[in-house]
Amino acid sequence: MDLSRRGFIKLTGAGLAVSSMGALGFGSAGTALAASVRPFKLTAATETRNTCTYCSVACGILIYSQGDRAKNVKSSVIHIEGDPDHPVNRGTLCPKGAGLLDIVRAPGRLTVPKYRAAGATEWKEVSWDFALDRIATLMKQDRDANFIAKNGAGATVNRWNTTGMLAASAASNEAAYVTFKWARALGMVTFDNQARV
Amino acid sequence: MTNTWQDIKNANVVIVMGGNAAEAHPCGFKWVVEAKIENKAKLIVVDPRFTRTASVADVYAPIRPGTDIAFLSGLMRYLLTNDAIQHEYVRAYTNASLIVKDGFAFEDGLFSGYNEEKRSYDKSSWDYELDEQGYAKSDDTWQNPRCVINLLKSHVDRYTPEMVSRICGTPQDKYLEICKLIATTSAPDKALTSLFALGWTQHSVGAQNIRTMAMVQLLLGNIGVAGGGMNALRGHSNIQGLTDIGLLSASLPGYMNMPKDSEVTFDKYMETKLFKPLRPGQTSYWQNYRKFFVSFQKAMFGSAATAENNWAYDYLPKLDVDGYDILRAFEMMNNKQMNGYICQGFNPMQAFPDRGKIRRGLSNLKYLVVMDPLDTETANFWQDYGPQNPSKPTEIQTEVFQLPTTCFAEENGTLVNSARWLQWHWKAADAPGQAKTDLWIIAGLYNRMKAMYAKDGGAFPDALLNLTWTYADPHEPEPEEVAKEMNGRALADVNDPATGAPLLKAGQQLDAFAQLRDDGTTMSGCWIFAGSFTDKGNMTARRDATDPREAGIAPNWAWAWPANRRILYNRASANPEGKAWNPAKPVIEWNGSKWVGVDVPDYGPTVKPSDSVGPFIMNQEGQARLFARGLMNEGPFPEHYEPFESPSENVLHPKVKNNPAARLFASDKEHMGASADFPYVGTTYRLTEHFHYWTKHALINAILQPEEFVEIGEALAKEKGIEQGGWVKVSSKRGQVICKAFVTKRIKPLMVDGKPTHVIGCPIHWGFTGVARKGYGANTLTPFVGDANTNTPEFKAFLLNIEKTSAPPAVDVAQGPRDAQGVPKSLTKMGSL
Ligand code: SF4
Repeated sequence: MDLSRRGFIKLTGAGLAVSSMGALGFGSAGTALAASVRPFKLTAATETRNTCTYCSVACGILIYSQGDRAKNVKSSVIHIEGDPDHPVNRGTLCPKGAGLLDIVRAPGRLTVPKYRAAGATEWKEVSWDFALDRIATLMKQDRDANFIAKNGAGATVNRWNTTGMLAASAASNEAAYVTFKWARALGMVTFDNQARV
Repeated sequence: MTNTWQDIKNANVVIVMGGNAAEAHPCGFKWVVEAKIENKAKLIVVDPRFTRTASVADVYAPIRPGTDIAFLSGLMRYLLTNDAIQHEYVRAYTNASLIVKDGFAFEDGLFSGYNEEKRSYDKSSWDYELDEQGYAKSDDTWQNPRCVINLLKSHVDRYTPEMVSRICGTPQDKYLEICKLIATTSAPDKALTSLFALGWTQHSVGAQNIRTMAMVQLLLGNIGVAGGGMNALRGHSNIQGLTDIGLLSASLPGYMNMPKDSEVTFDKYMETKLFKPLRPGQTSYWQNYRKFFVSFQKAMFGSAATAENNWAYDYLPKLDVDGYDILRAFEMMNNKQMNGYICQGFNPMQAFPDRGKIRRGLSNLKYLVVMDPLDTETANFWQDYGPQNPSKPTEIQTEVFQLPTTCFAEENGTLVNSARWLQWHWKAADAPGQAKTDLWIIAGLYNRMKAMYAKDGGAFPDALLNLTWTYADPHEPEPEEVAKEMNGRALADVNDPATGAPLLKAGQQLDAFAQLRDDGTTMSGCWIFAGSFTDKGNMTARRDATDPREAGIAPNWAWAWPANRRILYNRASANPEGKAWNPAKPVIEWNGSKWVGVDVPDYGPTVKPSDSVGPFIMNQEGQARLFARGLMNEGPFPEHYEPFESPSENVLHPKVKNNPAARLFASDKEHMGASADFPYVGTTYRLTEHFHYWTKHALINAILQPEEFVEIGEALAKEKGIEQGGWVKVSSKRGQVICKAFVTKRIKPLMVDGKPTHVIGCPIHWGFTGVARKGYGANTLTPFVGDANTNTPEFKAFLLNIEKTSAPPAVDVAQGPRDAQGVPKSLTKMGSL
């Protein structure tokens, strides 16, 4: 039997409750009671290994989420704690890491693409297609108008310095590398990250 | 970090200077406590403020912000005059014996070669005297007055204890106590570790602050050993990774350089990257630059990069300036030289100096794209939020896009921690609403632009059209695919050039960067990551925490660059004969036929000690540099320069007050304040309850530290009539912040050059979005000038004034933007106005 750690806790937990109730002589009433006791929340959760998103101590964390990752089921985070196996933090978290759940579920989390037209006083919700089409068009217009293929001395420089980018220092290496490829292939030079701030 | 977090426990003395690990890196700081308890280590803290790190220190000394080089140069003087250096190490492993050219000089605050107009140096005299074979001349007896060690001695001679105290405001007795304690680690079996962060980088002399401490560590023989090293604690969770992958204006992945305009051809580019050894028989590993570069170009452009087209060298943009760093970018925006800007998980409105200038810059853009999981100030810069963000939206013509992204819990991938470990993390939940991964968004823009260029043509489409994009789903590359691409693989069968023996099969993932070729038969997106994702699997996902001898290495947990090496320069942990300096804590040792130990050798695994190959294999000398040659912009030795805004003269050389090589734009010069108007020294810092500008969105953190404040000492509070928790107006030449004052015993006035000097602490975390109370943000006050090498802004030392004021009216503190009449929408909604 392939028994995950979570499944094992669930099985033994339920088994214990039933058998100890039985042993105490509650009989079938005991079984019903045991079934009605709210099971320990995390036993029904999926456990995932991750790292704290804040500082570069990079403490190991365990994220508990609801939903079994079946298709069409949205899973959401219900609890986060330190990973006791991690060699640096050994299960501990600081006041920032201990509050991670509140950043995942922050009221300020964005859920829809928004657009603000020139001179407008309000945001407008837009579709992803609208946003990405418009951004790609603006970028191409600016690039085609201001791309410097050769400098004053006639040397090939293939540079575009009128649109710039700040890359995210909490993004993964993989997101960073794909970002790098795209930005540099466009000739973008005004390109930086949080290393300086 | 050169070492690991756990390795800190091996230290005999720990110095935290330029950082506040107990509050900013709490779970890492536990290893300092471990060192104190288990290794009887002593902790030294030098900081303008009595921090929580200081509260557990054995010795604490205050220092005026921006004077660390004076302190550390004085420390070097102490070590040299008291002969408290690790002689054998310094002689064999540093360039102490090498002889410097005759033209090199230092006078009145300037090194030889200064050009005042350009504010830069001709560095040609900052080098060694070479012999006929092109090797640096050396005098192992240290008799020659132009040996590096003798030049260093005379350079630091001015930093007497009296001078240090006069500049730094540190009491002499505390300073000398610290020197004495640090000197104990010159014993070959004793180690000092240096832990630092933004407290050193965010100065106009930031890079030299760190360099000065590195020199101290070399004199003491503490680099490469267990419990030693230079340990940058770093900030964001993947700031190390983004730097490794080269997402900086002048970088390419793996610490290669972007080509410059002057490097018109690939051959010209390579001319400065030959890295010929400067001493006989040295490794000079950067000699392999061409292999790294060609493999990178193959990763970028695949079959479009060929020997015939110089590996598509022209596809890369060339730089006409040193770098388009953040300060230059916003200067350009202010001058209307930029049209578009993309902020990916980055909030420059709060994070960059002189918020007013940042806001004006953004207002000049045609379009701004913000990708973020959170509602940032940058995305809302155009809205009127009252005094915290005054604006007239109808007058701002910038199109703004706000794109919702996933956060760490909603994606797979690697992050690099400060100890250079690549650790894989797994997705735990779905994104809220329509939020998408950065990979999906960037791929979406790439695919659209590629299609437009393929259809309509346009400016130089070649690089974009030929960019490798062989992902199974071109609309959302899988992190695993990208991780493999960075690791690299063989593009054809690769044989050993000497023996012809097969080394790699076509398609095989690389095991190590030593397998890279410069003939187009290998590719690797980031050569230092080679070995992280091999045919054996994803090394970054390894979770075996076993730690032989409890050395603090855990070699099978995740994967560290380069080559899974946990302590950089670890050859220097052993003496020239290959025996550990500290027999109780060996890292690697020579066993007669190879190097063995708890870590992967940072050295040829079978190179004999008798071959005299230096331990600093990346350097052309094979040795570490006490004299930096031309690698630093303001001089080969560190020198004390005052911050650009400072309350005192430079007592060493009044005519050269500030860093002579730092760049200051003309418009910002006018925005520098004088001490007559702004008499107090400001410094910014972080609280343990908050992370930058994110956690004001998290309820628990917003409850713990709800509102903006500055921290001042009791003496200043009394002088200015400011009460505990009372309202104050804090101002600099660039702007003002109205917030509460926190009066503490943690900041005391310092006696600087005979004058009492007050310091005002400005935590940075508030803004006008989030669930914490509305604030201005400390960067309303900070100056727009940066380090001469990196352009890291001078956030840690500037000038302020402070006045008592009354509580602001309710409209000024009400959350949310204002309507066209200037009324906060949150108030009209509630019907209270
Ligand atoms: S829990 Fe604290 S110390 Fe650990 S990574 Fe997160 S912010 Fe850093």
